[in-house]
Amino acid sequence: MTDIPQPGATPVERPAPKGDSLLVTDARTKRRNRAERRFKAYGIAALGVGMAFLVALLWAILSNGLTAFTQSYVQLDVPLLEEKLDKDGDRDPAKIAKVSTFGYAPLIEAGLVDLVEKTRVETELAPKALTKILSSSAAAQLRDRVLANPDLIGQTVSVELLASSRVDGYLKGRVSRASLARDKNLDAEHLDLIDAWRDAGLVEKRFNWDFITGADASDSRPEQAGIGVAMLGSLFMMLVVLILSLPIGVAASIYLEEFAPQNRLTDMIEVNISNLAAVPSIVFGILGLAVFIQFMHLPQSAPLVGGLVLTLMTLPTIIISTRAALKAVPPSIRNAALGVGASKMQAVTHHVLPLAMPGILTGTILGLAQALGETAPLLLIGMVGYIATNYPDGVAEGFLAPNSAMPAQIYEWAKRADPAFYERAWGGIIVLLVFLLAMNLIAVLLRRRFERRW
Amino acid sequence: MTPSWIALIVLAIAAAGFVLARARAQAAARREARRLHSLPNYYGWTAAIYAAGPALLLLAIWLVAQPIATRSLTWPVLAAEAGENAVPSLMMADVQRLASGLDAAVATGRLSADEARALPPEELRAAMAAQGVALGSEVTPATRDAALRWRRLSGTGDLMRGIVVIGLALAGAAWGVSRARPDFRARNAVEQAMRGVLVSAALLAILTTVGIVLALIFNTIEFFRLYPAAEFFFGTTWSPSFGGGSELGILPLLWGTLYISIIALLVAVPIGLFAAIYLAEYAHRNVRSWAKPMLEMLAGIPTIVYGLFALLTVGPLLVEAFGRGGYLGLGWMQGGTAVMTAGLVMGIMLIPFVSSLSDDIINAVPQSLRDGSLGLGATRSETIRQVVLPAALPGIVGAVLLAASRAIGETMIVVLGAGAAARLSMNPFDAMTTVTAKIVSQLTGDADFSSPEALVAFALGMTLFVITLALNVVALWIVRRYREQYE
Repeated sequence: MTDIPQPGATPVERPAPKGDSLLVTDARTKRRNRAERRFKAYGIAALGVGMAFLVALLWAILSNGLTAFTQSYVQLDVPLLEEKLDKDGDRDPAKIAKVSTFGYAPLIEAGLVDLVEKTRVETELAPKALTKILSSSAAAQLRDRVLANPDLIGQTVSVELLASSRVDGYLKGRVSRASLARDKNLDAEHLDLIDAWRDAGLVEKRFNWDFITGADASDSRPEQAGIGVAMLGSLFMMLVVLILSLPIGVAASIYLEEFAPQNRLTDMIEVNISNLAAVPSIVFGILGLAVFIQFMHLPQSAPLVGGLVLTLMTLPTIIISTRAALKAVPPSIRNAALGVGASKMQAVTHHVLPLAMPGILTGTILGLAQALGETAPLLLIGMVGYIATNYPDGVAEGFLAPNSAMPAQIYEWAKRADPAFYERAWGGIIVLLVFLLAMNLIAVLLRRRFERRW
Repeated sequence: MTPSWIALIVLAIAAAGFVLARARAQAAARREARRLHSLPNYYGWTAAIYAAGPALLLLAIWLVAQPIATRSLTWPVLAAEAGENAVPSLMMADVQRLASGLDAAVATGRLSADEARALPPEELRAAMAAQGVALGSEVTPATRDAALRWRRLSGTGDLMRGIVVIGLALAGAAWGVSRARPDFRARNAVEQAMRGVLVSAALLAILTTVGIVLALIFNTIEFFRLYPAAEFFFGTTWSPSFGGGSELGILPLLWGTLYISIIALLVAVPIGLFAAIYLAEYAHRNVRSWAKPMLEMLAGIPTIVYGLFALLTVGPLLVEAFGRGGYLGLGWMQGGTAVMTAGLVMGIMLIPFVSSLSDDIINAVPQSLRDGSLGLGATRSETIRQVVLPAALPGIVGAVLLAASRAIGETMIVVLGAGAAARLSMNPFDAMTTVTAKIVSQLTGDADFSSPEALVAFALGMTLFVITLALNVVALWIVRRYREQYE
């Protein structure tokens, strides 16, 4: 007996095919295909939303911040009267220096009145009120100029003086006539003057180098505030971070990657490093406050302390990337070195480390970029609230004297009441992002140029 | 001798030791390097390390220990005069200022050494003012005596410091040079020292953690001594007033933190996850190669930028929509700073965080699982939903937990975007505040560090540290376990 069906037996009844032809999609397939397309669309939409956020962020930064790089100036003929500035007429610098900015204010007033007459604009503003057009630092600017060159006294000089922040905002479209109704710092009549002077070419916007190189100014003079000093503070801080975190990070990584025995202590160090990488940055600020300032009595607001805190914060990042770079060097390199009689330390320092250097530097630059933008720990060690109006006097001062840092300066501006400072904050962000972009670019180039695939 | 001079001298001794030891080893090998166990430089390095290492270490310890020792030896002079309410640290600060002022006066030649010792207390203040040292109050005889004692002690200490440290350096160098014989295993000795340096660098990680924990614990204990712990953990009002009578309940802050984090995750997780799925499973290589870095740019932008974006762009936009008189006519929002503002912006910040972690995890799911599912006739989306995602789920949960810990610890966005009012409210358009924002506000004022209002920041920091640490440990454990599954 076999299972082979005998010929002539009753044929098995085949069930009729359920669906239609394969070439025709049925309802269920259509539904599944629709679900497929929908799912894919969700993915594209999510990616699109992410991109849209990025674009919105960049647009907000650029549209609000680019105006900080131009500044309005008023062209003015100021009579530097000898009887006001140098009564004895002997051009003695010491005596000229005794005339305070109050001595210069009437001269500027006279210059403004003169300008109103020359341009033939009808105005009901008193001469005193005219000075609101200029920055309150105008007198100091003029005085500095006279002190630098006493021979100007007695002449009528043509100077460019900073316009006040309201005038500057009007020329940039930030301040409108309607918004001035509630503002006691400037009236609509001032704007009539500005319109006339702008047409005459006496008021103009120019590129504002002072924003990039200048110092911060007090609350009432947003038009004068610059980020230069804070930039120096950041530079000194990054120097501290670089000098400390690169050697320490490399040494720790070499130990963990090349020498550490498999034991409890090694495990503990590794767990610690991965946890430190995820500790909120504000906690590092608390650490800095308690250990460096309260316990060790290091100076508050100093870039040195900021650098120390940021070093502790970036070390885990640097260690993690350095270990990856060391791991990428193939074992055959080590074995070859050991085979010709090098000690383990020599194999590492003479061969593995040089080969891993591009990777290490890339990781370090990225760690520095992260540290450069970090703000929260700096708030706690007092880098906010300090108004950075002076450049440090020297290198030691640069590390130890109170200073601000770029992100702290941006935060400081964002907290001030005058909206004119918001423009500065956005502008500061552009400067900060340019630095970050440059650092990332260097890291990418370094990787492209030197990375070896084994 | 100033410490920097001592350090320079020690380094000079080390350099001399290097040259001598190297020359000695070479001489002993009769100029034939192969008789030496190690390369000649290693002999030099041994001597240099023996000379500089212990001496510089001792110098560092001395610099820390001497002021402490001098202070405790000088205090008895003042103790007799100190009343009930005297603050020792303030009195000692006066003594120190006076002592350093006298030192400066002697150094500039304004006073002779004998005059400085003999000057009566009444004349000291004027003398110091001439030197440019401002003293808070008239100098009492006890303060003068203490300052003189301080000068004598620290003078002796400084002298001893120089002698001992330089002596140690000389002894070390001599010991190193004397060991420089051909059979001495100099390379091993040098490498042992280098290894010690490497180990101590690695131990810094532990030291940092210990530092964080100690800084938090001591101040937190100090806080709980002044303020009952139960009221801190279960209090529902937060109203610090530096005049006293503050209520410092953490619950409103925790609620604000949680609410903002939840909104942030509601924004970040769906967008991040779908973007990761699309990039990993659907996107063409070209699209992936530019879209992924673009998305990750969001992660490279500093948080201060997001904070400003929340304060100046997103907040006003939301008020226009949901505020009183807004075009939706709802009137839910009072001001630009609100839970919604901060949550939304924080969500944007977290998108790349969720997407790149999920991307890695989805890519780690073996291709064979996908091939099996596709081979059975499932569509791609069915494969993803029913095969890839379940396989990747633990990893994704880990990624979400890491994102949550990031959200809870985030500071700048909430400081600028969330507001300052601590309240328990359900309305996401209300201003609320968070643990991190209050740490900043309690520690950035001119508050006295011993008041409960300032110390509470350390208790808040401790709470934050514990929560984020727990989340991280759990998340890392899940992610690691998941990775092992497919390796």
